[in-house]
Amino acid sequence: MARLIATTPCGDLLPAAGGGAILTEAAAVDCYSVAPYKGMEKACSTALKKACGIALPEPNRTASNDGVRVIWSGQGRYLVMAADAPDIFAGIASVTDQSDANATIVLDGATARAILARLTPIDLRDSAMPVGATARSLIGHMSASITRIAADEYELMVMRSMAATLVHEVTESMRGLGARAAATGLGG
Amino acid sequence: MRIAGRGLYDQNRKVSFTFDGRKVEGVNGDTVASALLANDIRLVGRSFKYHRPRGILTAGSEEANALITVGRGAAAEPNLRATVQEVFDGLETRSQNRWPSLAVDALAVNDLMAPFFGAGFYYKTFMWPRKFWEGLYEPFIRRAAGLGALSGQHNEDHYERAFAHCDILVIGGGPAGLMAALTAARSGADVILADEDSRFGGRLLAETGTIDGLPGHQWAEGIVAELATMPNVRLMTRTTVTGAYDGGTFGALERVAQHLPRADHLPRECFWRIVAKRAVLCAGALERPVAFADNDRPGIMNAGAVRAYVNRWGVAPGREVAIFCNNDSAHDTARDLIAAGVRVAAVIDSRAEAPKSDDYRVIAGGVVTGTRGRQGLREIAVTQDGKESRIAADCLAVSGGWNPSVHLTCHMNGRPVWDATLLAFVPRPGSVPGLSTAGACNGRFATSDCLADGVEAAKVALSELGLKAADIAVPQAGAGDYRIEALWAVPGKRRAWLDFQNDVTVKDVRLAAQENFSSVEHMKRYTTQGMSPDQGKNSNVAALAVLADATGRGIPETGTTTYRPPFVPVPIAAMGAGAQGKGFAPQRFTTSHQASVDRHAPMIEAGLWYRPSYFPRPGETHWRQSCDREVTMVRKTVGICDVSTLGKIDIQGKDAAQFLDFVYTNTFSTLPVGRVRYGLMLREDGHVLDDGTTARLSDSHFVMTTTTAAAGLVMRHLEFVAQVLRPELDVQCVSVTEQWAQFGVAGPLSRDLLASLVDDPITDEALPYMGVTDVSVGGVAARLFRISFSGERAYEIAVPARYGQSLYRQLVAQAEVMGGGPYGMEALNVLRIEKGFITHAEIHGRTTAFDIGADRMVSRKKDCIGQAAAARPGLVDENREQLVGLKPVNPDAAVSAGAHLFRSADPATRVNDQGYVTSVCWSPTLTSNLALAFLKNGRARHGERVRLVDHLRKIETLCVVCDPQFLDPEGGRMRG
Repeated sequence: MARLIATTPCGDLLPAAGGGAILTEAAAVDCYSVAPYKGMEKACSTALKKACGIALPEPNRTASNDGVRVIWSGQGRYLVMAADAPDIFAGIASVTDQSDANATIVLDGATARAILARLTPIDLRDSAMPVGATARSLIGHMSASITRIAADEYELMVMRSMAATLVHEVTESMRGLGARAAATGLGG
Repeated sequence: MRIAGRGLYDQNRKVSFTFDGRKVEGVNGDTVASALLANDIRLVGRSFKYHRPRGILTAGSEEANALITVGRGAAAEPNLRATVQEVFDGLETRSQNRWPSLAVDALAVNDLMAPFFGAGFYYKTFMWPRKFWEGLYEPFIRRAAGLGALSGQHNEDHYERAFAHCDILVIGGGPAGLMAALTAARSGADVILADEDSRFGGRLLAETGTIDGLPGHQWAEGIVAELATMPNVRLMTRTTVTGAYDGGTFGALERVAQHLPRADHLPRECFWRIVAKRAVLCAGALERPVAFADNDRPGIMNAGAVRAYVNRWGVAPGREVAIFCNNDSAHDTARDLIAAGVRVAAVIDSRAEAPKSDDYRVIAGGVVTGTRGRQGLREIAVTQDGKESRIAADCLAVSGGWNPSVHLTCHMNGRPVWDATLLAFVPRPGSVPGLSTAGACNGRFATSDCLADGVEAAKVALSELGLKAADIAVPQAGAGDYRIEALWAVPGKRRAWLDFQNDVTVKDVRLAAQENFSSVEHMKRYTTQGMSPDQGKNSNVAALAVLADATGRGIPETGTTTYRPPFVPVPIAAMGAGAQGKGFAPQRFTTSHQASVDRHAPMIEAGLWYRPSYFPRPGETHWRQSCDREVTMVRKTVGICDVSTLGKIDIQGKDAAQFLDFVYTNTFSTLPVGRVRYGLMLREDGHVLDDGTTARLSDSHFVMTTTTAAAGLVMRHLEFVAQVLRPELDVQCVSVTEQWAQFGVAGPLSRDLLASLVDDPITDEALPYMGVTDVSVGGVAARLFRISFSGERAYEIAVPARYGQSLYRQLVAQAEVMGGGPYGMEALNVLRIEKGFITHAEIHGRTTAFDIGADRMVSRKKDCIGQAAAARPGLVDENREQLVGLKPVNPDAAVSAGAHLFRSADPATRVNDQGYVTSVCWSPTLTSNLALAFLKNGRARHGERVRLVDHLRKIETLCVVCDPQFLDPEGGRMRG
C-alpha cells in the first residue's frame, strides 16, 4: 500500500520579494474547467446562481461569492474554484478537474502593475483591467491567465510544468524594477 | 572652452571621466561631446573608409562623426554617440577605427589612396581571381574600414523589455510636444510624453528665445512640473521612439542607465512597445550640412549645434568662429556667440540678399571653397564674386537648412512631400493611421507656430477619441522668418563630403549617376550613402539633391530612399531582453524531475520538456551500458518511465464519439466503455498528423493521448475541427496534460508491482490488454491504463499531479526491490524500435497511413479528415517508400538514421536512391543493430539485401529487409 504525499507546483521557489512587491504561491483549491454543453450557457449560469449565488461572468471578467470564484477562461470556458462543480453542472456542462493543472501565484505590491508591464503585452490600466478583470495572454513566452484580484494584487496562472520559469520571469522583473527604482525612480 | 556663467548646468558640479585613457573633467549635465569641446578636444574619431580625422558634427542622436566605445571588456559598447552619452564619474570612453592611436593612425594612408577607393571600387577592383574575394579581399576591406568593434565576449549586462498603453502618445518634448501633451493631459486623456534627450524642451534648451516672457527652457520646466503632478501622464526622458508599426504600436528605446555606473540587475536599456490610440509626432527638425571642399575637418559643425553648445552647455566650440549658411537661422548663431563673448570671424551667407549686421561681418553671396588644418580646422577659404580670400577660424558653423524629422511618418511606406519654399520634405498627412504631426517636423519652424500646432494636433486627437478638449491658451513666442535659398554643394575639384559616416562625397554620387545608378535607391546602394548608423539623417536630402542635379531631374521627381525603423540604432540585447539563458524559452519540468536529477540522469530537451536520457549506475561509463541494462530490465523484470509529457486531452459531450470518428481514421464510436484503442490522425492532405491511444471513460467521455511532440498541435487541430469544421457537434476538449502525472510501468513484473501499491486488486479479467479502469492509490483516485509502448505487459498509471513526485519515487523504489528500476528516453526508444512502434521520426509529415503499413486503419465505412486526400493515386502507389525493418548482415555493423538505401549492385548516387533510414538502435534483446526505414515497395521486399549508405558519416552496411516488428510480432508478450 502506498501513501502519497502532495507537493505544490512552485514548492520552495516561493515566497519571494523585491522591487516593491511580494510573490507567493496561491493556496491549493479545487478547480474545475466548466464548458457548458451546446445551448446550456444560461442553464449553467442559473445552476451556479442557485448553488453559489453568482452567475457565470462575462468575457474577461470574474465572479466571486463566499469563497467560490469563477474565472472566464476562454470562449465558453470557465474555471470554477472551491465549489462542487461536477454536482452543480451535472448533465449541462463538461466538467474537468484542473485542480493540479496550473501553477498559480499572487503578485502583491504597489509596483505589481509595473512589474507585470515587463512581462505581458496586455493593457493593465484601470480602464482596461479593473479589479475583477481577467485576461488570457502571455507572460514572457508562456500562455497565461492574468486576473486582477485587488488594486495592487494580481493572480498569475500558467501550466504547472512551467512553474519554475514563471517564478524566474517574475522575480527577474521584480529585481530589475527594484534596481531601476533605486537608481532612477520607477519610470513607469 | 567653457564659458563661465553660461549654460543650463551648474559649472561647479564637476564630473570626471576618461577619453582614450586621458582624464577629462566635465560638469554634471554634460554629454561626452560637450565635455570634450569644453576641454578643447576636437579630434574625436576617424572616418569609416579614409580614416580622416573627425570631430563633433551635431549635438544630438543624429551624430555622424563622434562615435565612441563606452566601457571595457565584455561591457564595452561600441558606436555610442558622444553627443548623446552623458558623462558620470568613472565613465570610460574610447575613440574607434584607429591604430595605433587617434592622432597617429596607420590606415590614414587610405586617404592618400582615395582616387582608387571611390564608390563601387571593390566591385570593379577585386573581380579576379574570384576565389580571393571571400578569403582575402573582403576580410581585408572589412578590417580596414569600419566603426567600433564588439567585444566578442558574452554580454553580461541586464536589459529590459516593457509594454505601455495610452490614449495619446506625444513623440518629442519640444515646444510642440509639450503643448500637445499639456492639452491632452488637461483634457483627461492618458498621455505618454517621450523624448530622447535627458530633459524636456527640445530646441528650447539650445536657443535664447522667450515664451510668455520666460526663457524657453524655464517655460519648459514649468510645463513639465505641471505634467509631472498629473496621474494620467507618464513622462519618459532618454526615450527615443524608434518605429511606427501596425495598430498604433510604437517601438521605443529607453536609455535607463547609460548615464549611470553599472549596478546589479539595473537594466542598461529598456525596449518599450507602446500602444497608443492616437499619436502626435513632434520630432522637430535636423539641420543639414553643406558639401564643400574638405568640409569634414574637426571644428566644422552644424550651426544649430554650435548654438546648443554655447547656450545649453556653456561651451564655445572655438575661439574664432566662422559661419557658413544659406538661411537666416545661422545668423542666430552669430548673435548667440557674440552674446557669449566668442569672436565671430565672419558670416558667409550664400545669398546675395543676406541679412546685414552691425555686430559681425557678413560676406553676402559668398561660399566656403576650402579648409585647412590637419587634425582640426585652422583656416577657411572663402570665394566671393570669383575672388578667394582666407579667414582664420578654428570652428566653422554650417547650416544648409533644416530637414523636418519625417521619419516615423514614413515607417508604413508613406512618402514625404517636397516643399519648394522650405526646400525640404514634409510629412504626407495620414501616412501612419492615428498619427498626426505638429511643429518643426511638420515644416513649421517658428516657436510660435510649434506651440499653436501642438495645441491644435492634441485637440484633433482628443476629438477623435471623443474627449472634450480643455480650454488652453497658446503661449506667446517669437514668430521669426525662415528664409532659405538652395545650396547643396559648392562646386570644386576637391572632395566634398555628403555622408560623413560612410565617407561618401559629391563625386561618388555623381559617379553613380554617370554609371547609370540614377535611381535614388540604386545610388544609395552603389555609394553606401545613408547606410551607416545615422541612416543618412545628415546626408539624404543633400545627396539626392546632388543626384537630381547630376541626372537633370528635379528633387521631387528624384524622390527619397525608404525610411525604415529604427530611428536610432537599437541594441539586439534590448529587443531580446530577458531571452538570454533561462529566459530563452519556458522550461517544462515533470513531477519526477528532481527524482531523476537525484539519480544523476542526464536531462535532455524534448520540445520544452526535460526528460531523463538514462539512469547511470555505479560502474557504468557509457550511456549504452545504462541503456542496454534498462532495456533488458524492462524485458525481464519491470521498468518505470515518466510519460506525463504525452498530450492528454479530455473530450466530453454527447457527440464526442462522433467527433472522434471524424478526427481519427479508425472508428471510436464502437469502442466499449473501459477500453482503449490506438488511433491514427491524418491531416487534411492525407498525411499522418499524429497517433496515440484514446480511452473511453463513459458514453460521452473520452481521454485522448497524443505524442509529446504534437500535443499542442493536436489540441489546436481538435479546437479547429470542433469550432470550424463540425460546429454542429456538441463536444468540448480540455487539455489535461498538466492535471495528471502519468507513469509507464512496463515488464513481466509490472502487474505484481502495481498490485503492491494500488488499493484495488488488478486482474487480467478486469483489466485486459487495452483496458482502462479507475483505481485508488493510498486513497487517491487514479486511472490505470493497460497499454504498451514496449511490447511487454505494461500499464500506465495516472494520478493528480500533486502526487506525481511521491508516486514516482515509490514506483521506482518498489521496482528496485523487484530487480527493476527507472528507465530513460534511450531505453524507451530501443524498446519501441525492437517492437516496430513508430514515433515522429517515422510520421515526420511526409508519410501516409499507407506508407507506415496502417492503410487498413483508414476506415472506409465513415468519413474522416484526410480520408479523401489519402486515397489519391500518388499516395497509395506501391512504389512509395514503405516502412520496413533493417537488420545488418553483420549484427555489429553500423547503421545510422538519415542514411539512404540502395540496391546492392547500384552505385550509391541520388538517382538510385531507394529510401532512407529513420530510427536506429543497438538491440540488447536481439544482440544486433536494428533500423526502421522507408524503402520503395518495401513490404514486398522482405528478405532482400540492400546497401545502407551514409555519405556524411562514411558508413556503408549491407542489410536484410524485414518486418518492422523485430520482436514478438504476434504480441503475446504484451497481451499476457
